[in-house]
Amino acid sequence: MAKKSSGTNALFYTPYVLWLGLFVIAPLALIVYQSFFDISGHLTLANYQTYFSSGTYILMTVNSVWYAFIITVVTLLISYPAAYVLHYAKHKQLWLLLIILPTWINLLLKAYAFIGIFSQDGGVNTFLGFFGIAPQQFLFTDFSFIFVAAYIEIPFMILPIFNGIEELDESFVNASRDLGATGWQTFTKVILPLTMSGVKAGVQAVFIPSLSLFMLTRLIGGNRVITLGTAIEEHFLVTMNWGMGSTIGVVLIVAMVIIMFLTGERKKRGSLR
Amino acid sequence: MTEPIIELQHVSKRYGDTVVLKDINIELERGKFYTLLGPSGSGKTTILRAIAGFLDVSEGTIMFDGKKINDVPANMRKVNTVFQDYALFPHMNVFDNVAYGLQIQKLKKAEVQTRVEAALKMVRLAGYADREISELSGGQQQRVAIARAIVLEPAVLLLDEPLSALDAKLRKDMQYELRELQERLGITFLFVTHDQEEALALSDEIFVMNDGEVQQSGTPVDIYDEPINHFVADFIGESNIVAGHMLKDFLVEFNGQAFECADAGMRPNEPVEVVLRPEDLDITTIGNGKVSVKVDTQLFRGDYYEIVAYDSAQNEWLIHSTNPAKDGDTVGLTFDAEDIHVMRLNESEEDFDARLESYEDD
Repeated sequence: MAKKSSGTNALFYTPYVLWLGLFVIAPLALIVYQSFFDISGHLTLANYQTYFSSGTYILMTVNSVWYAFIITVVTLLISYPAAYVLHYAKHKQLWLLLIILPTWINLLLKAYAFIGIFSQDGGVNTFLGFFGIAPQQFLFTDFSFIFVAAYIEIPFMILPIFNGIEELDESFVNASRDLGATGWQTFTKVILPLTMSGVKAGVQAVFIPSLSLFMLTRLIGGNRVITLGTAIEEHFLVTMNWGMGSTIGVVLIVAMVIIMFLTGERKKRGSLR
Repeated sequence: MTEPIIELQHVSKRYGDTVVLKDINIELERGKFYTLLGPSGSGKTTILRAIAGFLDVSEGTIMFDGKKINDVPANMRKVNTVFQDYALFPHMNVFDNVAYGLQIQKLKKAEVQTRVEAALKMVRLAGYADREISELSGGQQQRVAIARAIVLEPAVLLLDEPLSALDAKLRKDMQYELRELQERLGITFLFVTHDQEEALALSDEIFVMNDGEVQQSGTPVDIYDEPINHFVADFIGESNIVAGHMLKDFLVEFNGQAFECADAGMRPNEPVEVVLRPEDLDITTIGNGKVSVKVDTQLFRGDYYEIVAYDSAQNEWLIHSTNPAKDGDTVGLTFDAEDIHVMRLNESEEDFDARLESYEDD
């Protein structure tokens, strides 16, 4: 009996273990392995040396972090109030569905749609034309890049925050009001701290992918914004310097781990006893 | 008569077609312990929330110290609440929870410190200031919730079933402490509970609620001895309720016999309900008994035996006796005229009080 059940267990584990091995552990190992080879196949640390000594790569890293930061902040500023309003809305499941819906559409399609909207004779400029404003350059600007990136990331920020607010017990809000706090004081002292885990999850879900955005930098940012994602793509597909590409990949992975650590739940001092 | 601290005048609350409060009129005086007692869904918590300011009433006026407070937001009302689930902020420790209201008022650090310590001492939690909420037992959390409310020195403390989550022993202890605390602070407590024993033990005055209405209000003794109707008699304590007729003043007929009683002021031959408390029934021989019943089952309750018996008409009788009976025996039941309480059907509380006064004082 016991033997059979452990056999079944192994059967259930197999797809997961295979998946983990083939698509998570093996690629990670390969990236780390590749990063120690130069373009002609010699084992070397030169890639890391180049990365940390060249101004270009450092600038690119700062750029990536900076843009990811701005995208995250913009997304958060829009998502928190949205999630809060959503919590008190009447048909919240429907509203939630409408927010999730765009995530079902392919990223590339959305990017192309925005090219149409932001182009010289696109929707926005046509609209501005009604007020006698000459066509503006929207495409290939920082504004359009951040706008579109934020648009794409918003659902991933709203969902965890919304869940956090939904889990918040209404009686905490009542208790705070009862003790004399105004609506704003209640928000800053009770609601925000108690929904922080949702905010952290949202920041993780937005900041980390934003670090390696590359398609949008090309299509919407017009390659004016070069991030680490763009650099990796260049190295793998254009210069064929897999070693250098892998090195940047390793740096990105380390950056992600750091973010995960910074935004992760830490034990409170009291519960250590 | 002193000016009431809280007064509800013709207060109603409706959600769509559902009426949860019907024309509630309540007056609370300073320094007394009041209880709203009723089954779940009777509207008692709704009254509490209306006074605290968490919901708007559909009609009527809520007065605080002579001023209408219907439109005053919850944070501006001088009442504080102890919530059923305590609602202690999980991201703050005991000190910060209790200090919350004081810090909102931007009081000086030293004053906050002194008042928090005094409040914690009051609920016997001195030395617990640095604990996290998750480290406390249910009873301790309960005390923190009380400390957090009384530290603000409210004129009225609202308590929403605060003891319901505690085990029986702790609940008993907390009952004594609550009563003691109320007497020491000298402020008005409005306590919500569905536990009639708790209400009888703690209150100066009880409001018995059912279906969004106050059925009866009065001291615990009044309500226990003179329940106004079937609901109150049944809800407060155990009772035997029998249908009967009022033959004339001080003479009631039930079970096919006429009995002397202590009630009057009703129409001759009016159909009534008669309440006999199980502890007022004494077991005796068939010859000495006023009613003969056959013992069916009995349970040992510790301080008494609870005996279920049936008379010849198959009416059930509940008897509390210090001595056991024998199953299957036929015994006599005896009771005094004062043990009989007669209730008219559908009598309003106003008429009830007037009728009682008409014959009790002479």
